[in-house]
Amino acid sequence: MQSFTGKILHIDLTHRKSWVQTVDDAYLKRWIGGVGLAARLAYENTAKGADPLGPDNALCFAASSFAGTLVPVGSKHGVAAKSPLTNRLGDCLASSYFSQSFRRAGYDGIVITGAADKWIYVFVDDDTVTFRDASHLLGKHTFETEEAIREELGDEAVRVSTIGLAGEKLVRFANITNDRGRQAGRTGLGAVMGAKKLKALAVRGSKPIDVADPQGLLEKAKALTKLSVGPKTEKYRVMGTPSNVLNMNRLGVLPTRNYQSGTFEHADKVSGEVMLEQYVEKAVSCAGCSIACEHITRVREGDYAGARTSVDYESLFALGPNCGVDNLAAIIKAIETCDNYGMDTMSSGVTISWAMECYQRGILTKEDFGGLEPDWGNHAVVIKLAEMIAKREGIGDLLAEGTKRAAEKVGQGSAHFAMNVKGLEAAGYDARGFQTFALGCAVGTRGPCHNRSLAYEPDAKGEVDRLKTEPARGQIAKDCEELAALFDCAMLCKFIRGCLKDAWSEVSELFTMTTGIPITAAEMRQAMERVWNMKKAFNIREGWTRAEDWLPDRWTQDPMPEGGSKGAVVSPEGLKEMIDAYYLARGWTPEGLIPKDKLAALDMADVAEDIGV
Amino acid sequence: MVTSKHEYIVCDPDKCTSCNMCELACAITHAKTFDPSQSRIRVVRIEPVVMMAVACRMCEDAPCVIACPRNALTQNPATGVIKVDNDLCDGCGWCIQACDFGAIHLNPATKDAEMCDLCADQEEPQCVAICPKEALKLSTPQRVAREARKEAVSQLLKELLE
Repeated sequence: MQSFTGKILHIDLTHRKSWVQTVDDAYLKRWIGGVGLAARLAYENTAKGADPLGPDNALCFAASSFAGTLVPVGSKHGVAAKSPLTNRLGDCLASSYFSQSFRRAGYDGIVITGAADKWIYVFVDDDTVTFRDASHLLGKHTFETEEAIREELGDEAVRVSTIGLAGEKLVRFANITNDRGRQAGRTGLGAVMGAKKLKALAVRGSKPIDVADPQGLLEKAKALTKLSVGPKTEKYRVMGTPSNVLNMNRLGVLPTRNYQSGTFEHADKVSGEVMLEQYVEKAVSCAGCSIACEHITRVREGDYAGARTSVDYESLFALGPNCGVDNLAAIIKAIETCDNYGMDTMSSGVTISWAMECYQRGILTKEDFGGLEPDWGNHAVVIKLAEMIAKREGIGDLLAEGTKRAAEKVGQGSAHFAMNVKGLEAAGYDARGFQTFALGCAVGTRGPCHNRSLAYEPDAKGEVDRLKTEPARGQIAKDCEELAALFDCAMLCKFIRGCLKDAWSEVSELFTMTTGIPITAAEMRQAMERVWNMKKAFNIREGWTRAEDWLPDRWTQDPMPEGGSKGAVVSPEGLKEMIDAYYLARGWTPEGLIPKDKLAALDMADVAEDIGV
Repeated sequence: MVTSKHEYIVCDPDKCTSCNMCELACAITHAKTFDPSQSRIRVVRIEPVVMMAVACRMCEDAPCVIACPRNALTQNPATGVIKVDNDLCDGCGWCIQACDFGAIHLNPATKDAEMCDLCADQEEPQCVAICPKEALKLSTPQRVAREARKEAVSQLLKELLE
């Protein structure tokens, strides 16, 4: 094989040992890389029923064959473990120099098991693995930790994946940060690291990456690079994803005040346009990226002067309109706060908005908030709450558990508006106005995720009636999931998808050009179906039942009160029909389980016993 | 050291996004592998928004050429490109120390000094060809200044017309 090395590095933190496992071409062709490979490694190395915050949960990093080559927008890696937020598979990805370094150290995967007895960080220096004291790094912000480790090891080429205080405090939606602001952001994998007393994973890779067909790859990479700076990516290059704010508001799906509405009356004050005009310093890129969507913003005056971070739509909606906040400087400060402590901005925002609605309804009082008054739009309190979550101070300790657990504890009907599926907080599209996406949210293996599902696309593009359910969406949702998986496993940024005429054949061709492993578009499609079934098998092994594939009551019971999706609600009968149709399209049983013949067809019969078929 | 009259790879730091595609293009062109530590152009990002790529500036009276104790470095008087004689170079690194821009490195495989040769074997420098933001171009300080002047005056014209 080329590009891949066939080496999986295992690191046992309990015994401070490491060893290398080898895998063959056939294995890599089955799991492709990235999220697929990470999910498979998590399945193989995490015992059934493992405590997500215990030593038996394996935290798995996986490479792609594109990272570190000239394939544009391809320098990414996958990360997976059992999620402390969902108790199901948590699968993430992140981008940039860490992805390249980890490949250049010579590994296709890194599996971290056990737990250290005191705080350490691990340094993977090509073939050498050392376990180093991290007591002096405790409490440090994510970016500071990264710099401190680089300084300590005396080399700019060291790349670091780290947790902040939130991960140390086991906040259930803590993330893992690399390269100053790239995050394996969702499902709380930072808490998994924290539970292992692993402050950071530092990597220095000095090996070259050779590909099977350098000439072919170079031509294809150059052509794709040219396309990637054309009109199909203009939106991302000029304004980044915050260009969505006004579009989603127009469609009436911009989550506002904890999804009580899909229309924010002050959207024009927090739009991508305003961000660009007043706050953007520069658009920068991940390593290996030709698009450069990351808009770094800086607040120059006022109460939040000095706040500086990159702003994406998802962070902006969650801590902005969703908390009633119409002050963009405050939103930037709130995002920076989450980034510093290493917390998922989306889960942070949606958990804080849940608490604010509890306050609105008198379920939680000023006393519960330690004297704070979290009225909608009170941005100082939103920022304060984010800090309290990271520190698990006061009510922050409850909110650090996420909406599902917090609502179970608080009761009084607050679960009705705890906006999560399987425990993961919802994304920035109100599913009542995007009903194909509603199905994607219900059945997603990691919860209601726009990145894994992509099913909002047919809704947003007007290819279907977005305000209605229909069984035909079952097949559409499946196809969207597998297209998303293609980008998440072979690993290309989805922002380039508009530049590909036929993603399946083009990505398959690139995979063969890098690895030398022949794969047809049809085989690639099957591999993505296999990956999705693998993730599902992980969940089934952990006790998944059909009841988990459902939406929060707000979306199935409360009609949208106003705006571009006024009156829309996801009808429970319609949702059930769509889920039935989806299971049918997947070849699963009506209970949503994977039958034996499906496993055999996907060449994954080895999981049959684990999932009871 | 005198700033060059020769063309070299100029990077506009406002346009550079620190993507490192120039490093990868250089490595695959010269070393036939994706190994940025064998790249003759390097991206430096010292702060979230401060970044640029650096390569040999083809100095006149190049300090690296003067510094070499074995006369392994020679400069082409017509192009300014500095050539390393691999038989003479013993990897001592004096040229690296002499360069104020950090534009020379020792190849980790051959242990010989290396610097930008403007892709002598190619139609154009491959870093310039790949740069997605057009931050890199082949130019001289005089030409950069001329373009900047022109741009400044055009801006004036635009403001007058508005």
